[in-house]
Amino acid sequence: MKEITVISGKGGTGKTTITAAFASIEKNAVLADCDVDAADLHLILNPSIKKTMGFHGLKIADINKDSCIKCNKCYESCKFDAIDKDINIKKASCEGCGVCEYICPVDAISMKERDSGFSYISDTRFGPMAHAVLKTAEEASGKLVTVVRNNAKKLAKEKNKDIIIIDGPPGIGCPVIASITGVDMVLVVTEPTLSAIHDLERVLDVSKHFKILPLVCINKYDINIENTEKIVKYCKENGIEIVGMLPYDTIVTDAMINQKSVIEYSKADLSKKIIEMWEKIREKIK
Amino acid sequence: MIISVASGKGGTGKTTVSTNLALSKNNAQFFDCDVEEPNSNIFIKAELNKKEDVSVFYPSIDKDKCNFCSKCSDFCAYNAIAVVPSDVLVFPELCHSCMGCGLVCPQDAISFKERVIGRIEYGRKNGIDFFHGLLNIGEMQAIPVIKKLKKKIDKKRNVIIDVPPGTSCPVIESVSESDYCILVTEPTPFGLHDLKLAVEVIRHLKIPFGVIINRDGVGDKRVEDFCRKEKIPIILKIPESKKIANLYSKGIAIVEESLEWREKFNQVFEKINNEVKA
Repeated sequence: MKEITVISGKGGTGKTTITAAFASIEKNAVLADCDVDAADLHLILNPSIKKTMGFHGLKIADINKDSCIKCNKCYESCKFDAIDKDINIKKASCEGCGVCEYICPVDAISMKERDSGFSYISDTRFGPMAHAVLKTAEEASGKLVTVVRNNAKKLAKEKNKDIIIIDGPPGIGCPVIASITGVDMVLVVTEPTLSAIHDLERVLDVSKHFKILPLVCINKYDINIENTEKIVKYCKENGIEIVGMLPYDTIVTDAMINQKSVIEYSKADLSKKIIEMWEKIREKIK
Repeated sequence: MIISVASGKGGTGKTTVSTNLALSKNNAQFFDCDVEEPNSNIFIKAELNKKEDVSVFYPSIDKDKCNFCSKCSDFCAYNAIAVVPSDVLVFPELCHSCMGCGLVCPQDAISFKERVIGRIEYGRKNGIDFFHGLLNIGEMQAIPVIKKLKKKIDKKRNVIIDVPPGTSCPVIESVSESDYCILVTEPTPFGLHDLKLAVEVIRHLKIPFGVIINRDGVGDKRVEDFCRKEKIPIILKIPESKKIANLYSKGIAIVEESLEWREKFNQVFEKINNEVKA
Protein backbone atom coordinates (compact mmCIF):
# COMPACT_ATOMS: atom_id res chain seq x y z
CA MET A 1 0.00 0.00 0.00
CA LYS A 2 1.33 3.44 -0.99
CA GLU A 3 0.58 6.86 0.44
CA ILE A 4 0.92 10.25 -1.24
CA THR A 5 0.18 13.57 0.47
CA VAL A 6 -0.71 16.77 -1.38
CA ILE A 7 0.77 19.77 0.43
CA SER A 8 1.71 23.34 -0.48
CA GLY A 9 3.12 25.43 2.34
CA LYS A 10 1.00 28.38 1.29
CA GLY A 11 -2.76 27.91 1.50
CA GLY A 12 -5.11 28.30 -1.43
CA THR A 13 -2.79 27.06 -4.17
CA GLY A 14 -5.17 24.25 -5.22
CA LYS A 15 -4.43 21.21 -3.01
CA THR A 16 -8.06 20.17 -2.61
CA THR A 17 -9.02 20.84 -6.24
CA ILE A 18 -6.16 18.61 -7.37
CA THR A 19 -6.82 15.90 -4.76
CA ALA A 20 -10.48 15.76 -5.80
CA ALA A 21 -9.43 15.48 -9.45
CA PHE A 22 -7.06 12.58 -8.62
CA ALA A 23 -9.90 10.92 -6.71
CA SER A 24 -12.06 10.91 -9.84
CA ILE A 25 -9.27 9.48 -12.01
CA GLU A 26 -7.84 6.76 -9.75
CA LYS A 27 -10.09 3.74 -9.37
CA ASN A 28 -8.13 1.97 -6.66
CA ALA A 29 -7.62 4.65 -4.00
CA VAL A 30 -8.71 5.56 -0.50
CA LEU A 31 -9.12 9.31 -0.01
CA ALA A 32 -8.09 11.02 3.23
CA ASP A 33 -8.70 14.65 4.17
CA CYS A 34 -6.00 15.56 6.68
CA ASP A 35 -6.68 19.30 6.62
CA VAL A 36 -8.77 18.76 9.74
CA ASP A 37 -8.71 22.48 10.65
CA ALA A 38 -10.58 23.56 7.55
CA ALA A 39 -11.55 20.44 5.65
CA ASP A 40 -13.01 21.09 2.20
CA LEU A 41 -12.61 17.86 0.23
CA HIS A 42 -16.06 16.65 1.31
CA LEU A 43 -17.60 19.64 -0.49
CA ILE A 44 -16.63 17.98 -3.79
CA LEU A 45 -16.75 14.29 -2.87
CA ASN A 46 -20.02 14.54 -0.94
CA PRO A 47 -19.31 11.51 1.27
CA SER A 48 -22.04 9.43 2.85
CA ILE A 49 -20.88 8.73 6.37
CA LYS A 50 -20.80 5.05 7.37
CA LYS A 51 -19.16 5.34 10.76
CA THR A 52 -18.61 8.23 13.20
CA MET A 53 -16.08 8.09 16.02
CA GLY A 54 -15.55 10.60 18.82
CA PHE A 55 -12.12 12.17 19.06
CA HIS A 56 -10.57 13.07 22.38
CA GLY A 57 -7.58 15.30 22.03
CA LEU A 58 -5.52 16.46 24.96
CA LYS A 59 -7.25 16.47 28.33
CA ILE A 60 -8.40 19.65 30.03
CA ALA A 61 -8.10 20.82 33.65
CA ASP A 62 -11.32 21.16 35.61
CA ILE A 63 -11.35 23.10 38.88
CA ASN A 64 -13.70 22.38 41.72
CA LYS A 65 -14.21 25.90 43.06
CA ASP A 66 -15.70 24.62 46.33
CA SER A 67 -12.50 22.87 47.37
CA CYS A 68 -10.08 25.47 45.93
CA ILE A 69 -8.21 27.38 48.64
CA LYS A 70 -6.83 30.00 46.23
CA CYS A 71 -3.22 29.16 47.04
CA ASN A 72 -2.28 30.16 43.47
CA LYS A 73 0.09 27.20 43.07
CA CYS A 74 -1.62 26.09 39.86
CA TYR A 75 -1.55 29.63 38.48
CA GLU A 76 2.17 29.87 39.18
CA SER A 77 3.01 26.42 37.75
CA CYS A 78 1.06 26.57 34.49
CA LYS A 79 3.50 27.12 31.61
CA PHE A 80 0.70 27.80 29.13
CA ASP A 81 -0.90 30.82 30.85
CA ALA A 82 -4.06 28.72 30.90
CA ILE A 83 -5.12 29.64 34.44
CA ASP A 84 -6.02 33.23 35.29
CA LYS A 85 -5.50 35.00 38.63
CA ASP A 86 -9.03 34.18 39.74
CA ILE A 87 -8.25 30.51 39.11
CA ASN A 88 -10.36 29.99 36.00
CA ILE A 89 -9.20 27.67 33.24
CA LYS A 90 -8.71 29.33 29.86
CA LYS A 91 -9.99 26.48 27.73
CA ALA A 92 -8.27 27.50 24.51
CA SER A 93 -4.85 27.74 26.19
CA CYS A 94 -4.87 24.53 28.27
CA GLU A 95 -2.64 21.88 26.70
CA GLY A 96 -3.67 19.16 29.14
CA CYS A 97 -0.26 18.56 30.74
CA GLY A 98 -1.68 17.80 34.21
CA VAL A 99 0.82 19.88 36.19
CA CYS A 100 -1.95 21.83 37.95
CA GLU A 101 -3.70 18.62 38.98
CA TYR A 102 -0.42 17.29 40.38
CA ILE A 103 0.53 20.47 42.22
CA CYS A 104 -2.85 21.25 43.81
CA PRO A 105 -2.54 20.57 47.56
CA VAL A 106 -6.28 20.04 48.08
CA ASP A 107 -7.10 17.89 45.03
CA ALA A 108 -9.41 20.53 43.62
CA ILE A 109 -8.25 19.95 40.03
CA SER A 110 -8.91 16.94 37.88
CA MET A 111 -8.03 16.30 34.25
CA LYS A 112 -11.11 15.59 32.12
CA GLU A 113 -11.43 14.10 28.65
CA ARG A 114 -12.43 16.72 26.15
CA ASP A 115 -14.65 16.03 23.17
CA SER A 116 -12.44 17.59 20.54
CA GLY A 117 -14.10 16.39 17.37
CA PHE A 118 -15.12 13.44 15.25
CA SER A 119 -13.48 11.18 12.73
CA TYR A 120 -15.50 9.60 9.94
CA ILE A 121 -15.36 6.65 7.60
CA SER A 122 -17.38 7.25 4.47
CA ASP A 123 -18.21 6.14 0.98
CA THR A 124 -17.94 8.45 -2.00
CA ARG A 125 -18.69 7.99 -5.68
CA PHE A 126 -14.92 7.58 -6.15
CA GLY A 127 -14.25 5.13 -3.34
CA PRO A 128 -13.84 5.06 0.42
CA MET A 129 -12.83 8.16 2.35
CA ALA A 130 -11.48 8.95 5.83
CA HIS A 131 -12.06 12.44 7.20
CA ALA A 132 -12.64 14.38 10.39
CA VAL A 133 -13.91 17.52 12.03
CA LEU A 134 -12.13 19.38 14.81
CA LYS A 135 -14.51 21.27 17.09
CA THR A 136 -14.27 25.04 17.43
CA ALA A 137 -11.20 26.24 19.32
CA GLU A 138 -9.90 22.72 20.00
CA GLU A 139 -6.26 21.68 19.96
CA ALA A 140 -4.40 18.56 18.90
CA SER A 141 -5.07 18.69 15.20
CA GLY A 142 -1.85 16.71 14.68
CA LYS A 143 -3.27 13.86 16.73
CA LEU A 144 -6.52 13.93 14.75
CA VAL A 145 -4.53 13.81 11.49
CA THR A 146 -2.93 10.60 12.75
CA VAL A 147 -6.39 9.16 13.50
CA VAL A 148 -7.54 9.96 9.94
CA ARG A 149 -4.45 8.37 8.44
CA ASN A 150 -4.90 5.22 10.53
CA ASN A 151 -8.56 5.02 9.47
CA ALA A 152 -7.48 5.37 5.83
CA LYS A 153 -4.95 2.56 6.19
CA LYS A 154 -7.57 0.26 7.71
CA LEU A 155 -9.96 1.11 4.89
CA ALA A 156 -7.30 0.37 2.28
CA LYS A 157 -6.69 -3.08 3.79
CA GLU A 158 -10.38 -3.91 4.10
CA LYS A 159 -11.28 -2.75 0.61
CA ASN A 160 -8.09 -4.00 -1.00
CA LYS A 161 -7.02 -0.59 -2.27
CA ASP A 162 -3.37 -0.02 -3.10
CA ILE A 163 -3.01 3.74 -2.75
CA ILE A 164 -4.04 6.42 -0.25
CA ILE A 165 -4.34 9.97 -1.55
CA ILE A 166 -4.08 12.47 1.30
CA ASP A 167 -5.23 16.09 1.10
CA GLY A 168 -2.83 17.87 3.44
CA PRO A 169 -3.02 21.10 5.44
CA PRO A 170 -1.14 24.34 4.68
CA GLY A 171 1.96 25.34 6.65
CA ILE A 172 4.96 23.34 7.82
CA GLY A 173 4.16 22.65 11.51
CA CYS A 174 2.47 19.97 13.58
CA PRO A 175 -0.50 18.96 11.34
CA VAL A 176 1.70 18.99 8.20
CA ILE A 177 4.36 16.84 9.83
CA ALA A 178 1.63 14.43 11.02
CA SER A 179 0.28 14.30 7.43
CA ILE A 180 3.59 13.43 5.77
CA THR A 181 5.64 11.29 8.16
CA GLY A 182 6.11 7.86 6.64
CA VAL A 183 4.35 8.55 3.31
CA ASP A 184 5.96 7.42 0.05
CA MET A 185 5.93 10.84 -1.59
CA VAL A 186 4.52 14.33 -1.38
CA LEU A 187 3.11 16.40 -4.21
CA VAL A 188 3.77 20.08 -3.52
CA VAL A 189 1.28 22.34 -5.28
CA THR A 190 2.60 25.84 -5.85
CA GLU A 191 1.76 28.87 -7.97
CA PRO A 192 3.99 31.49 -9.60
CA THR A 193 3.69 34.19 -6.93
CA LEU A 194 6.59 35.35 -4.75
CA SER A 195 4.66 34.27 -1.63
CA ALA A 196 4.05 30.76 -2.94
CA ILE A 197 7.67 30.39 -4.08
CA HIS A 198 8.91 31.37 -0.62
CA ASP A 199 6.55 28.84 0.96
CA LEU A 200 7.47 26.15 -1.59
CA GLU A 201 11.12 26.40 -0.62
CA ARG A 202 10.28 25.99 3.08
CA VAL A 203 7.95 23.04 2.56
CA LEU A 204 10.51 21.32 0.30
CA ASP A 205 13.01 21.70 3.15
CA VAL A 206 10.50 19.94 5.40
CA SER A 207 10.16 17.01 2.96
CA LYS A 208 13.95 16.82 2.77
CA HIS A 209 14.19 16.89 6.57
CA PHE A 210 11.88 13.87 6.79
CA LYS A 211 13.50 12.23 3.74
CA ILE A 212 10.33 12.06 1.66
CA LEU A 213 10.49 12.27 -2.13
CA PRO A 214 8.86 15.52 -3.32
CA LEU A 215 7.23 16.14 -6.70
CA VAL A 216 6.09 19.63 -7.71
CA CYS A 217 3.01 20.86 -9.54
CA ILE A 218 2.90 24.49 -10.70
CA ASN A 219 -0.75 25.50 -10.67
CA LYS A 220 -1.90 28.57 -12.66
CA TYR A 221 1.57 28.58 -14.23
CA ASP A 222 0.46 31.11 -16.85
CA ILE A 223 -0.42 33.95 -14.43
CA ASN A 224 3.23 34.98 -14.19
CA ILE A 225 5.57 33.20 -16.62
CA GLU A 226 8.65 34.90 -15.20
CA ASN A 227 7.96 33.47 -11.74
CA THR A 228 7.15 30.07 -13.26
CA GLU A 229 10.61 30.08 -14.82
CA LYS A 230 12.08 30.85 -11.40
CA ILE A 231 10.33 27.79 -9.93
CA VAL A 232 11.48 25.59 -12.82
CA LYS A 233 15.07 26.78 -12.32
CA TYR A 234 14.92 26.25 -8.56
CA CYS A 235 13.56 22.71 -8.95
CA LYS A 236 16.16 21.84 -11.58
CA GLU A 237 18.99 23.08 -9.34
CA ASN A 238 17.69 21.02 -6.47
CA GLY A 239 16.98 17.88 -8.48
CA ILE A 240 13.23 18.04 -7.91
CA GLU A 241 10.90 16.85 -10.64
CA ILE A 242 8.01 19.01 -11.83
CA VAL A 243 5.23 16.58 -12.75
CA GLY A 244 2.61 19.08 -13.86
CA MET A 245 2.07 22.64 -15.08
CA LEU A 246 -1.59 23.56 -14.95
CA PRO A 247 -3.12 26.60 -16.68
CA TYR A 248 -5.36 29.09 -14.87
CA ASP A 249 -8.97 28.24 -15.67
CA THR A 250 -12.26 29.53 -14.27
CA ILE A 251 -13.75 26.03 -14.57
CA VAL A 252 -12.12 25.29 -11.20
CA THR A 253 -14.60 27.57 -9.43
CA ASP A 254 -17.49 26.49 -11.68
CA ALA A 255 -16.81 22.82 -10.93
CA MET A 256 -16.61 23.59 -7.19
CA ILE A 257 -19.98 25.36 -7.25
CA ASN A 258 -21.46 22.32 -8.96
CA GLN A 259 -19.85 20.00 -6.37
CA LYS A 260 -17.92 18.21 -9.08
CA SER A 261 -14.26 17.51 -9.61
CA VAL A 262 -12.64 19.37 -12.51
CA ILE A 263 -12.33 16.05 -14.36
CA GLU A 264 -16.06 15.33 -14.06
CA TYR A 265 -17.04 18.85 -14.92
CA SER A 266 -15.00 19.54 -18.02
CA LYS A 267 -12.84 18.01 -20.71
CA ALA A 268 -10.82 21.22 -20.99
CA ASP A 269 -7.06 21.34 -21.34
CA LEU A 270 -6.76 21.64 -17.54
CA SER A 271 -8.45 18.27 -17.04
CA LYS A 272 -6.17 16.60 -19.60
CA LYS A 273 -3.12 18.04 -17.89
CA ILE A 274 -4.24 16.74 -14.49
CA ILE A 275 -4.83 13.25 -15.93
CA GLU A 276 -1.33 13.27 -17.45
CA MET A 277 0.10 14.40 -14.13
CA TRP A 278 -1.64 11.61 -12.22
CA GLU A 279 -0.35 9.03 -14.72
CA LYS A 280 3.19 10.25 -14.09
CA ILE A 281 2.72 10.10 -10.32
CA ARG A 282 1.18 6.63 -10.58
CA GLU A 283 4.21 5.47 -12.52
CA LYS A 284 6.61 6.93 -9.93
CA ILE A 285 4.87 5.62 -6.86
CA LYS A 286 5.03 2.01 -8.07
CA MET B 1 -6.03 49.14 18.82
CA ILE B 2 -5.21 45.61 17.67
CA ILE B 3 -6.71 44.46 14.35
CA SER B 4 -6.11 40.85 13.34
CA VAL B 5 -6.65 39.51 9.82
CA ALA B 6 -7.70 35.86 9.68
CA SER B 7 -9.52 33.55 7.27
CA GLY B 8 -9.94 29.84 7.98
CA LYS B 9 -9.13 28.90 4.40
CA GLY B 10 -5.60 29.59 3.23
CA GLY B 11 -4.84 31.74 0.22
CA THR B 12 -7.91 33.98 0.44
CA GLY B 13 -5.93 37.20 0.82
CA LYS B 14 -5.02 37.70 4.52
CA THR B 15 -1.58 38.98 3.64
CA THR B 16 -2.95 41.21 0.88
CA VAL B 17 -5.41 42.82 3.30
CA SER B 18 -3.05 43.15 6.27
CA THR B 19 -0.12 44.57 4.33
CA ASN B 20 -2.27 47.01 2.36
CA LEU B 21 -3.89 48.19 5.60
CA ALA B 22 -0.47 48.77 7.14
CA LEU B 23 0.91 50.52 4.06
CA SER B 24 -2.13 52.80 3.77
CA LYS B 25 -1.50 54.14 7.27
CA ASN B 26 2.29 53.93 7.62
CA ASN B 27 2.32 54.24 11.40
CA ALA B 28 1.38 50.77 12.57
CA GLN B 29 3.13 47.93 14.30
CA PHE B 30 2.81 44.91 12.03
CA PHE B 31 3.03 41.28 13.17
CA ASP B 32 3.16 38.37 10.74
CA CYS B 33 2.06 35.54 13.04
CA ASP B 34 2.03 32.95 10.24
CA VAL B 35 5.34 31.68 11.55
CA GLU B 36 5.14 28.49 9.48
CA GLU B 37 4.97 30.41 6.21
CA PRO B 38 5.47 34.16 6.75
CA ASN B 39 4.99 36.19 3.56
CA SER B 40 4.14 39.72 4.65
CA ASN B 41 7.63 41.09 4.35
CA ILE B 42 7.60 40.29 0.64
CA PHE B 43 5.18 43.27 0.49
CA ILE B 44 6.40 45.46 3.38
CA LYS B 45 10.10 45.04 2.48
CA ALA B 46 11.48 46.05 5.87
CA GLU B 47 15.14 45.45 6.54
CA LEU B 48 15.08 42.93 9.38
CA ASN B 49 18.25 43.82 11.22
CA LYS B 50 17.13 42.65 14.64
CA LYS B 51 16.81 38.96 15.44
CA GLU B 52 16.01 37.00 18.60
CA ASP B 53 16.02 33.24 19.00
CA VAL B 54 12.95 31.47 20.37
CA SER B 55 13.87 28.66 22.72
CA VAL B 56 11.88 26.11 24.68
CA PHE B 57 12.82 23.90 27.62
CA TYR B 58 13.16 20.14 27.41
CA PRO B 59 14.15 17.59 30.04
CA SER B 60 17.62 16.26 30.43
CA ILE B 61 17.99 13.13 32.56
CA ASP B 62 20.85 12.43 34.91
CA LYS B 63 21.15 8.69 34.40
CA ASP B 64 23.28 8.26 37.52
CA LYS B 65 20.41 9.51 39.67
CA CYS B 66 17.58 7.93 37.63
CA ASN B 67 16.12 4.67 38.97
CA PHE B 68 13.97 4.08 35.85
CA CYS B 69 10.74 4.23 37.85
CA SER B 70 8.98 5.66 34.73
CA LYS B 71 6.94 8.21 36.72
CA CYS B 72 8.10 10.90 34.26
CA SER B 73 6.96 8.97 31.18
CA ASP B 74 3.67 8.03 32.85
CA PHE B 75 3.05 11.70 33.60
CA CYS B 76 4.02 13.08 30.18
CA ALA B 77 0.86 13.77 28.14
CA TYR B 78 2.85 14.15 24.92
CA ASN B 79 4.84 10.88 24.78
CA ALA B 80 8.04 12.88 24.90
CA ILE B 81 9.75 10.51 27.37
CA ALA B 82 10.04 6.74 27.11
CA VAL B 83 11.56 4.59 29.84
CA VAL B 84 12.94 1.18 28.94
CA PRO B 85 14.41 -1.22 31.55
CA SER B 86 17.75 0.54 31.87
CA ASP B 87 17.46 3.69 29.84
CA VAL B 88 15.36 6.84 29.37
CA LEU B 89 14.74 8.30 25.94
CA VAL B 90 13.72 11.93 25.47
CA PHE B 91 12.07 13.19 22.26
CA PRO B 92 12.58 16.96 22.46
CA GLU B 93 10.37 17.84 19.47
CA LEU B 94 7.35 16.22 21.18
CA CYS B 95 7.94 18.05 24.49
CA HIS B 96 5.54 20.92 25.30
CA SER B 97 7.80 22.28 28.08
CA CYS B 98 5.21 21.84 30.85
CA MET B 99 8.03 20.74 33.21
CA GLY B 100 5.76 18.17 34.85
CA CYS B 101 8.38 15.41 34.54
CA GLY B 102 10.71 17.44 36.75
CA LEU B 103 7.99 17.79 39.35
CA VAL B 104 7.13 14.09 39.56
CA CYS B 105 10.68 12.71 39.53
CA PRO B 106 11.38 11.26 43.02
CA GLN B 107 15.14 11.10 42.36
CA ASP B 108 15.63 14.73 41.35
CA ALA B 109 17.22 13.35 38.19
CA ILE B 110 15.63 15.79 35.73
CA SER B 111 16.95 19.21 34.83
CA PHE B 112 15.93 21.38 31.89
CA LYS B 113 17.91 22.50 28.90
CA GLU B 114 16.94 25.03 26.27
CA ARG B 115 16.82 24.47 22.55
CA VAL B 116 16.10 26.88 19.71
CA ILE B 117 12.95 26.14 17.68
CA GLY B 118 12.72 29.35 15.69
CA ARG B 119 13.36 33.06 15.76
CA ILE B 120 11.69 36.42 15.49
CA GLU B 121 13.04 39.18 13.26
CA TYR B 122 12.11 42.83 13.10
CA GLY B 123 12.89 46.18 11.59
CA ARG B 124 11.40 49.50 10.45
CA LYS B 125 10.19 50.65 7.07
CA ASN B 126 8.37 53.89 6.17
CA GLY B 127 6.92 54.33 9.67
CA ILE B 128 5.89 50.67 9.99
CA ASP B 129 7.47 48.63 12.76
CA PHE B 130 7.51 45.19 11.21
CA PHE B 131 7.87 41.89 13.12
CA HIS B 132 7.68 38.32 11.93
CA GLY B 133 8.49 34.88 13.29
CA LEU B 134 10.02 31.82 11.67
CA LEU B 135 9.49 28.28 12.91
CA ASN B 136 12.51 26.11 12.17
CA ILE B 137 12.13 23.32 9.62
CA GLY B 138 10.99 20.06 11.22
CA GLU B 139 9.65 21.74 14.36
CA MET B 140 6.01 21.14 15.32
CA GLN B 141 5.09 23.93 17.69
CA ALA B 142 4.33 27.36 16.34
CA ILE B 143 2.84 28.64 19.61
CA PRO B 144 6.06 29.60 21.46
CA VAL B 145 7.21 31.63 18.42
CA ILE B 146 3.84 33.42 18.21
CA LYS B 147 3.92 34.12 21.96
CA LYS B 148 7.36 35.67 21.71
CA LEU B 149 6.24 37.82 18.77
CA LYS B 150 3.17 39.06 20.62
CA LYS B 151 5.28 40.22 23.56
CA LYS B 152 6.43 43.04 21.26
CA ILE B 153 2.90 44.44 20.90
CA ASP B 154 2.45 48.03 22.04
CA LYS B 155 -1.29 48.29 22.72
CA LYS B 156 -1.24 52.08 22.49
CA ARG B 157 -0.35 51.90 18.81
CA ASN B 158 -2.23 50.75 15.76
CA VAL B 159 -1.38 47.07 15.61
CA ILE B 160 -2.06 44.80 12.63
CA ILE B 161 -1.72 41.02 12.92
CA ASP B 162 -1.50 38.68 9.92
CA VAL B 163 -2.93 35.39 11.26
CA PRO B 164 -2.06 31.88 9.97
CA PRO B 165 -4.75 29.87 8.12
CA GLY B 166 -6.91 27.29 9.86
CA THR B 167 -8.95 27.39 13.06
CA SER B 168 -6.84 25.68 15.71
CA CYS B 169 -4.15 26.61 18.26
CA PRO B 170 -1.89 28.97 16.24
CA VAL B 171 -4.95 30.90 15.03
CA ILE B 172 -6.40 31.30 18.52
CA GLU B 173 -3.04 32.35 19.93
CA SER B 174 -2.68 34.97 17.16
CA VAL B 175 -6.16 36.55 17.33
CA SER B 176 -6.75 36.47 21.08
CA GLU B 177 -6.70 39.93 22.68
CA SER B 178 -7.53 41.60 19.36
CA ASP B 179 -9.98 44.51 19.45
CA TYR B 180 -11.28 43.61 16.02
CA CYS B 181 -10.85 40.74 13.58
CA ILE B 182 -11.15 40.98 9.80
CA LEU B 183 -12.11 37.68 8.16
CA VAL B 184 -10.98 37.50 4.56
CA THR B 185 -12.86 35.12 2.29
CA GLU B 186 -13.57 34.43 -1.36
CA PRO B 187 -17.04 33.90 -2.81
CA THR B 188 -16.64 30.16 -3.50
CA PRO B 189 -18.00 27.08 -1.72
CA PHE B 190 -14.58 26.44 -0.07
CA GLY B 191 -14.38 30.08 0.96
CA LEU B 192 -17.88 30.01 2.46
CA HIS B 193 -17.38 26.72 4.30
CA ASP B 194 -14.14 27.87 5.93
CA LEU B 195 -15.57 31.34 6.65
CA LYS B 196 -18.30 29.68 8.70
CA LEU B 197 -15.66 27.83 10.74
CA ALA B 198 -13.69 31.04 11.28
CA VAL B 199 -16.84 32.91 12.36
CA GLU B 200 -17.48 30.22 14.99
CA VAL B 201 -13.97 30.63 16.36
CA ILE B 202 -14.11 34.44 16.48
CA ARG B 203 -17.56 34.40 18.09
CA HIS B 204 -16.27 31.89 20.62
CA LEU B 205 -13.48 34.35 21.48
CA LYS B 206 -16.03 37.21 21.63
CA ILE B 207 -14.08 39.50 19.30
CA PRO B 208 -15.99 41.98 17.09
CA PHE B 209 -15.46 41.17 13.43
CA GLY B 210 -16.32 41.96 9.83
CA VAL B 211 -15.73 40.31 6.46
CA ILE B 212 -13.68 41.35 3.44
CA ILE B 213 -14.57 39.52 0.23
CA ASN B 214 -11.58 39.03 -2.02
CA ARG B 215 -11.80 38.00 -5.69
CA ASP B 216 -15.34 39.41 -5.72
CA GLY B 217 -17.06 38.40 -8.95
CA VAL B 218 -15.86 34.80 -9.14
CA GLY B 219 -18.10 32.10 -7.72
CA ASP B 220 -21.56 32.87 -6.39
CA LYS B 221 -23.46 35.07 -3.93
CA ARG B 222 -23.71 32.60 -1.06
CA VAL B 223 -21.02 34.31 1.04
CA GLU B 224 -22.97 37.58 0.85
CA ASP B 225 -26.23 35.80 1.67
CA PHE B 226 -24.59 34.18 4.68
CA CYS B 227 -23.21 37.51 5.94
CA ARG B 228 -26.58 39.20 5.51
CA LYS B 229 -28.39 36.43 7.35
CA GLU B 230 -25.87 36.41 10.18
CA LYS B 231 -25.76 40.23 10.30
CA ILE B 232 -22.01 40.29 9.66
CA PRO B 233 -20.81 43.55 8.10
CA ILE B 234 -18.99 43.28 4.76
CA ILE B 235 -16.41 46.03 5.13
CA LEU B 236 -14.77 45.80 1.71
CA LYS B 237 -14.91 43.92 -1.56
CA ILE B 238 -11.77 43.47 -3.62
CA PRO B 239 -12.71 42.52 -7.18
CA GLU B 240 -11.25 39.60 -9.12
CA SER B 241 -8.75 41.46 -11.25
CA LYS B 242 -5.82 40.40 -13.36
CA LYS B 243 -4.00 43.57 -12.41
CA ILE B 244 -4.33 42.95 -8.67
CA ALA B 245 -3.36 39.27 -9.06
CA ASN B 246 -0.34 40.29 -11.10
CA LEU B 247 0.81 42.86 -8.51
CA TYR B 248 0.42 40.21 -5.81
CA SER B 249 2.47 37.69 -7.78
CA LYS B 250 5.32 40.22 -7.94
CA GLY B 251 5.15 41.16 -4.27
CA ILE B 252 3.74 44.66 -4.80
CA ALA B 253 0.99 46.05 -2.56
CA ILE B 254 -2.08 47.52 -4.32
CA VAL B 255 -1.99 50.77 -2.31
CA GLU B 256 1.47 51.52 -3.64
CA GLU B 257 0.17 51.55 -7.19
CA SER B 258 -3.22 53.15 -6.69
CA LEU B 259 -4.34 56.19 -4.69
CA GLU B 260 -7.92 54.99 -5.00
CA TRP B 261 -7.07 51.77 -3.15
CA ARG B 262 -5.02 53.64 -0.55
CA GLU B 263 -8.17 55.65 0.18
CA LYS B 264 -10.30 52.48 0.34
CA PHE B 265 -8.00 50.78 2.84
CA ASN B 266 -7.84 53.98 4.87
CA GLN B 267 -11.62 53.93 5.04
CA VAL B 268 -11.54 50.33 6.30
CA PHE B 269 -9.24 51.51 9.06
CA GLU B 270 -11.56 54.38 9.97
CA LYS B 271 -14.63 52.13 9.88
CA ILE B 272 -13.03 49.67 12.28
CA ASN B 273 -11.73 52.45 14.50
CA ASN B 274 -15.23 53.90 14.81
CA GLU B 275 -16.78 50.53 15.46
CA VAL B 276 -14.27 49.61 18.17
CA LYS B 277 -14.66 52.98 19.90
CA ALA B 278 -18.44 52.67 19.78
